[in-house]
Amino acid sequence: MESQKQVLERLRGAFRSGVTLPVHFRLTQLEAMMSLFEDNETQIIEAMHEDLAKPKFEAVLSEIEIVVNDICYAISNLQSWMQPTYVATNLATKLDDCFVRREPLGVVLIIGAWNYPLHLILLPLIGAIAAGNCAILKPSEISRATEKLLAELIPKYLSQECYAVIRGGAEETKTLLENRFDHIFYTGSQSVARCILLAAAVHLTPVTLELGGKCPCLIYGRLDMKAAAKRLVWAKFFNAGQSCVAPDYVLCTAETRDALLPFIKETLESFYGSDPQQSPDLGRIVTDRHWDRLLELLKKSEGKIVIGGESDKKTKYIAPTVVVDVMESDALMQEEIFGPILPILTIKSLDEAIYFVNEREKPLALYAFSDESQVVNTVLERTCSGGFCSNDGIVHMSLPGLPFGGVGASGMGNYHGRWGFETFSHKRGCMMRSWLLERVNVLRYPPYNESNLSWLRWATTAKKKGWAGCSVM
Amino acid sequence: MEKQVVDGLREVFQSGRSRPLQYRKQQLGALHRLITEHQEDIEQALKQDLNRNTYNTSLFELISIENDIKLAESEMADWAAPRPVKKNLNSALDNVYIKPEPLGVVLIIGTWNYPWAMILQPLVGAIAAGNAAVLKPSELSEHSARLMKELLPLYLDKEMYQVVTGGVPETQELLRQRFDHIFYTGSSMVGKLVMEAAARHLTPVTLELGGKSPCYVDKNCDIAVACRRITWGKFANCGQTCIAPDYILCEPSIQDRIVEEIQKTLLEFYQTDPKSSPDYCRIINTRHFDRVLALMNECTIALGGESDRSQCYIAPTVLKDVLPHFKIMQEEIFGPLLPIVTVNGLSEAIQFINAREKPLALYVFSSDKTVIKRMLAETSSGGVTVNDVLMHYTVDTLPFGGVGNSGMGRYHGKHTFDQLSHHRACLIKSFAMEGLNDARYPPLTAARLRKAKFFMQHRLCSCSGICVWAVIATLLAIGLKDNVP
Repeated sequence: MESQKQVLERLRGAFRSGVTLPVHFRLTQLEAMMSLFEDNETQIIEAMHEDLAKPKFEAVLSEIEIVVNDICYAISNLQSWMQPTYVATNLATKLDDCFVRREPLGVVLIIGAWNYPLHLILLPLIGAIAAGNCAILKPSEISRATEKLLAELIPKYLSQECYAVIRGGAEETKTLLENRFDHIFYTGSQSVARCILLAAAVHLTPVTLELGGKCPCLIYGRLDMKAAAKRLVWAKFFNAGQSCVAPDYVLCTAETRDALLPFIKETLESFYGSDPQQSPDLGRIVTDRHWDRLLELLKKSEGKIVIGGESDKKTKYIAPTVVVDVMESDALMQEEIFGPILPILTIKSLDEAIYFVNEREKPLALYAFSDESQVVNTVLERTCSGGFCSNDGIVHMSLPGLPFGGVGASGMGNYHGRWGFETFSHKRGCMMRSWLLERVNVLRYPPYNESNLSWLRWATTAKKKGWAGCSVM
Repeated sequence: MEKQVVDGLREVFQSGRSRPLQYRKQQLGALHRLITEHQEDIEQALKQDLNRNTYNTSLFELISIENDIKLAESEMADWAAPRPVKKNLNSALDNVYIKPEPLGVVLIIGTWNYPWAMILQPLVGAIAAGNAAVLKPSELSEHSARLMKELLPLYLDKEMYQVVTGGVPETQELLRQRFDHIFYTGSSMVGKLVMEAAARHLTPVTLELGGKSPCYVDKNCDIAVACRRITWGKFANCGQTCIAPDYILCEPSIQDRIVEEIQKTLLEFYQTDPKSSPDYCRIINTRHFDRVLALMNECTIALGGESDRSQCYIAPTVLKDVLPHFKIMQEEIFGPLLPIVTVNGLSEAIQFINAREKPLALYVFSSDKTVIKRMLAETSSGGVTVNDVLMHYTVDTLPFGGVGNSGMGRYHGKHTFDQLSHHRACLIKSFAMEGLNDARYPPLTAARLRKAKFFMQHRLCSCSGICVWAVIATLLAIGLKDNVP
């Protein structure tokens, strides 16, 4: 079996040969990725089920469809993305061609996560392939079945010269990071992200970090309670709450909470039946360790459980749980929950809610539920987050036109759609100067004099809006 | 002290003072006045720091800053406005856009070779994007640093923008604080330390570093014009420019002609004694003087070579037949020494370049389009100017930055604004059309799954006008129903 270094050298050799540059190659690889999904839908759903008891519905939407859509999007747009973009010039450079080329970076490393084990590693790969890079995939060892499936399918469908899967745990990842990559794309936790940044600094490798945090959900003002409850419940309990953009906690007034709770109960029942443990549509916690962590949080919490609270260690089951009267100092408020437990904190005013949110790290997503556009706008204007969605949760990340990424502690960089292509490209500014008009260049040469300077100043001034800008020279 | 500065700026930033565009424009206007009202003082400081003359100062620093300010003032409203994006069927009736937002408090670390441009150009973008900023000018260009510290608070809001001066200890202390972005211009070695410090706080960075920018001169070109342009770009600021052509690659047959043309040009630019030309600069200090001089050791001097340590003067120097293993080819020169390395044609030149770190700039002189095409397609660099040097820097619509060892991120014009903003993805939905959402809710049925997949696709978004109306009508019909079978 090849060592990590050998794999990396092989991929670097392939990149240097220029094989990934032609659009035809990239399209073929993307089409092969599409076939990977089309031919193996059953195995994929099975692997998801084994790893997370992921319901088929969720696996199809959040692991297959979303990736396949992005592949289609890349295939239809790749030719245009690859075109150089010509830019406006000033008078001094009117006869020159100025354009931006998008060029591949080289060999990139994509480190996946276990909660959406296929999506979080293959969606970035689409951008990497589209941009003409070679790539090493390091799937999460926690989602074992998917890791095994990826190790089997990737070499079967994609060029083995250019793309490789490396398996392993923390030790192997640490060793992998000692190597030099041209970009590192990491999805996961803040603590590991710091290690990744430190490793990247040694080689001046740019990184994209898709992290997490506590995504607040502010519910305020006039509301369609029923619709709000449905959307909130769907977004929270999808994948048993194990989504980096799941609404982590709710901020609302006591009145809103009291009005909302019956609808939440009703929605949970319509989604998962009277005994959610029997529903085929609710996921499970990924490992015993994660299950223990969540139960510990619930135990330590000083809030009141008003819905759910049941659990079963053997099946790693936790019922959709809602906890009220949660204070800022509560155990549930000290870390990202990443599970099917929804704390509701009461506030008295919108200002208080906004203040609360702004006292904390910038989240990956922020949600505002309200029928009053004034409320939504106020929250949008006065807070900061990776992404924002009003009156719904999670869905903003399914739009390929929107960049998906964090800010501050929730990450840096972004991807999805064209943004993935841009993330894995170098934007090279190019200027093709004309050989002519060397006499104009005289203005800039020594010996220097004032009148030349005035001409140059005039010629290089930024174009004003609406000015036709004639080429005097 | 540094912590207090940053905490203070953060508090004022969080109060929302820099959100209104009017405020940002006011600050930019004030910055503009600072430059125009104190142009002479700035020129004087640069003369003392680098023996830079007034012409060079305007050309290389002040004009770019002024242009950036004017551009930001006139375009800011467009840059800061929400940017709508393509939707899929699910979101056909929602508002979907990217909202540029300020990051918070940014740290801008400048460098000594263009002490004003390297700090103020990023600052223009930082202000336009609505951030607060700490400026740390290089202590090596000490007169400029002192002047900047004195002038900035007289023009800009000192509760939002502050200058911190000092050397390595002060910079290290600053780097321990938490910033929302660090913009560093300087060497790759220090760039790594900056990135390491930023890692602690998960702070994103822009690193404008350096490297050896190669200059390939094809035998098929107007060698006289090429050499004039190269001479200008190489010896301006005494070679102390991050995108100066570091070394020349050419075929042995044209080496002597190149030397001849450079000699002619040097005479024209700086006359017989560059030391007494008012247009020729000096090396920043004796440490760099000694470093640069030592690089000449193994080399054959074709032109120049004279020096005077008391003035930190090194004559414009051309070295011929330089071999790849010479010391001068192991580090960025950053001085007025121009080595010529001979290669047997374009392929060898490309191989030579690709065997080394990706440079900040790459230059190719040729009248042959295929040569240019190959050079562009088969190499990588931060930026490129073909048939001239430095000039891609002056076009503010081009993103300026490095790749690999020469840096990460980009700026100039709108690119600075974008680099120092957070692009927040926004989806504004209403509670209406709940019928559409039913498709995604459990319990799973085959029909629901089919519908959910249909609405997620964007393949249908590029349909014609009539088709779009049909789609919207269908959506309205489905969306207004409460239940979906």
